[in-house]
Amino acid sequence: MTKPHKRFASRPEWMGLGVMVFVALGVVALAAEWVTGAPAIGLLALLISSVVAIIWTAIMGGLDTRRALAPYGLLKPGILWLSLFFLAPLWSMLEMSLSSKKSRFDFFPAFTWEWSNYSKALTDFGPQFGRSFLYAGIATILTLLIGYPLAYVIAFRGGKYRSLLLGLIAVPFFTSYLIRTLAWQNLLSDSGPVVSVLETLRLENVMEWLHIMDNGRLINTPAAVIGGLTYNFLPFMILPIYVSLEKIDVRLMDASMDLYTTATGAFRRVVLPLSLPGIFAGSLLVFIPAAGDFVNAKFLGSPQTTMIGSSIQDQFLVQLNYPLAAAMSFVLMAIITASVLVYAKFMGTEDLT
Amino acid sequence: MDVGDPVVKLENVRKQYGSFIAVHQADFSIGRGEFFAMLGPSGCGKTTTLKMIAGFEQPTAGHVFLEGEDVSHTPPHKRNVNTVFQQYALFPHMSVFDNVAFGPRSKKLPEAEVKTRVAEMLDVVRLGEFAQRRPAQLSGGQQQRVALARALVNYPSALLLDEPLAALDLKLREAMQIELKRIQREVGITFVFVTHDQGEALTMSDRIAVMSEGRVEQVGAPVDIYARPETLFVAGFIGSANLLPGTIVSSDGGGTRVLLLDGTEVVVAAGNSASSAALSQGNQVTVMLRPEQVVLGGEGAMKVFVTGCKREGAFCGRNSVHALARLCSVHVGRVARNCWFHFYQRRFHRGSAVVIAASSSYPSHQRTT
Repeated sequence: MTKPHKRFASRPEWMGLGVMVFVALGVVALAAEWVTGAPAIGLLALLISSVVAIIWTAIMGGLDTRRALAPYGLLKPGILWLSLFFLAPLWSMLEMSLSSKKSRFDFFPAFTWEWSNYSKALTDFGPQFGRSFLYAGIATILTLLIGYPLAYVIAFRGGKYRSLLLGLIAVPFFTSYLIRTLAWQNLLSDSGPVVSVLETLRLENVMEWLHIMDNGRLINTPAAVIGGLTYNFLPFMILPIYVSLEKIDVRLMDASMDLYTTATGAFRRVVLPLSLPGIFAGSLLVFIPAAGDFVNAKFLGSPQTTMIGSSIQDQFLVQLNYPLAAAMSFVLMAIITASVLVYAKFMGTEDLT
Repeated sequence: MDVGDPVVKLENVRKQYGSFIAVHQADFSIGRGEFFAMLGPSGCGKTTTLKMIAGFEQPTAGHVFLEGEDVSHTPPHKRNVNTVFQQYALFPHMSVFDNVAFGPRSKKLPEAEVKTRVAEMLDVVRLGEFAQRRPAQLSGGQQQRVALARALVNYPSALLLDEPLAALDLKLREAMQIELKRIQREVGITFVFVTHDQGEALTMSDRIAVMSEGRVEQVGAPVDIYARPETLFVAGFIGSANLLPGTIVSSDGGGTRVLLLDGTEVVVAAGNSASSAALSQGNQVTVMLRPEQVVLGGEGAMKVFVTGCKREGAFCGRNSVHALARLCSVHVGRVARNCWFHFYQRRFHRGSAVVIAASSSYPSHQRTT
């Protein structure tokens, strides 16, 4: 039996990493049609043989080699899936965002380094971007204000009903997101129950003053869109906060009371800091999808409340302006990434627990 | 036993959860600077009693006094006592320094004073260099000392320790016992210590309250608890003891003559009686015989205490012989550390008759009812 090449065998993890990167790039290259025809077949053969080579190294090598290669083996399905269905489309979208159409009816825009798509995205859709981040921000704060006390009660006072209560929070997921939003549309409609209750209680003026109602209407207002976002994303705030609260030893509260703090002080100095990772994770899980959401704005809003998600969808599916839509998506992605980084820096979650 | 200047005083304290009585009529005082232990098997109410002193539980009846002030219904943050919790309950998101500074900061002391106090206390527990570490980066023994410093930095009237050594391994536990004593001497604060480990309680405490099923069985110095237990429970719980029931034949200045069940008569010296109640003729009593007081000998070898028929013997531990002798239908267990060589020299055999004598002044008796 021949031993695998010494250099590979002594550093199997480098081989694993190399093959992984090679496979990812190769799959993207094939999917994005950087290489076509005969070279493509050659590349495919190279990809397959590199995978075979690594399997062969693992079989021939000792226990150490196999142990070093195992993580890369386990990563492979994920890498394949993501490079095919995430990296390759991302690349083609980037390419699309720098392409241009010769005419309105041109279905296959050509790559022309068309940077004007980006300036157009920012200038033409500034209000939609602004609204998206404003609505998503308000919805995130609302889910936090509603979700934190809920998670707190379930974690510390839930007792034997804990799992049941957590299950109830997940129950809405049993129905489609779309259907739940349509149900909200009915609830908030002009002849719906919410409006009629408010009218009976003569609360319209208060609601108007609070900018929740507009000309006696609840539906098609910014408040309705924010309400829908808050409702739909609430579980994503509750669950991570619950997880971080549940880990807190209740004796820590006894300890802080023993050290002369009131219950409020104990919450502020012990419980809140220890649940920050949950708040952080929850806000990201709410803010990111809410900023790109197009369902709530479409069903609960009006043309005056359009969010960037609906605009992108509109550009893609109605206007068929793929380059502009792709540029808008990239701008959205960039802003979200930047704000998440700033937020992460600000929250400082490199802390323990 | 009366304490001149009690720091903690429990007056007929009772704690009831529904129909379950966790603590009946606890009534004792703890003096200034004392190292006081509450000892008992799990579920005896010792931790509940401690929690009532700390303020985490409130007594159903009776009063808790702290420095002469009734604090029965005062919340924990308004009582000048601090607790070292069983698993330490250190704040995982804070450094050692911030953990120790927690109490002084709650009291809104000026930051400069907080700093000097914390530094001073970290020196007392010898953790000066670890101030900036997180609790998770410390060993069990170090965490224990952080918990101590965090409580002591507030100069409480009393420090309450809830099974503080239970989570440590044997070696560390022994080291911490000495360390705790040293720290207590250094700071001069009253320590109230809950434990189920009698060895710990006997070696460390000035006084012990032995508890069982919610009742305080006896409060006293370790030596009294060991040599003159007031109740059958204490006699059986502390150390190992042979308990021999009998009836008083006569009692005078020279001692008490007790007729054991099998007809043997023993004399217990005056002053070895745990109970000061009248030892009148005909009273039912129990004679306690500690293993280390027992000597075995051949017929007529020593001052006869009890004669009996030895059943079997076996080595047990480093230096004791486990001998079971049938004595008034009771197995006399764990006899005599000094007679193992008799076995070694084959002077005794299984089934041979021996004389059991009490060598020291320990034998004592209690009243049973």
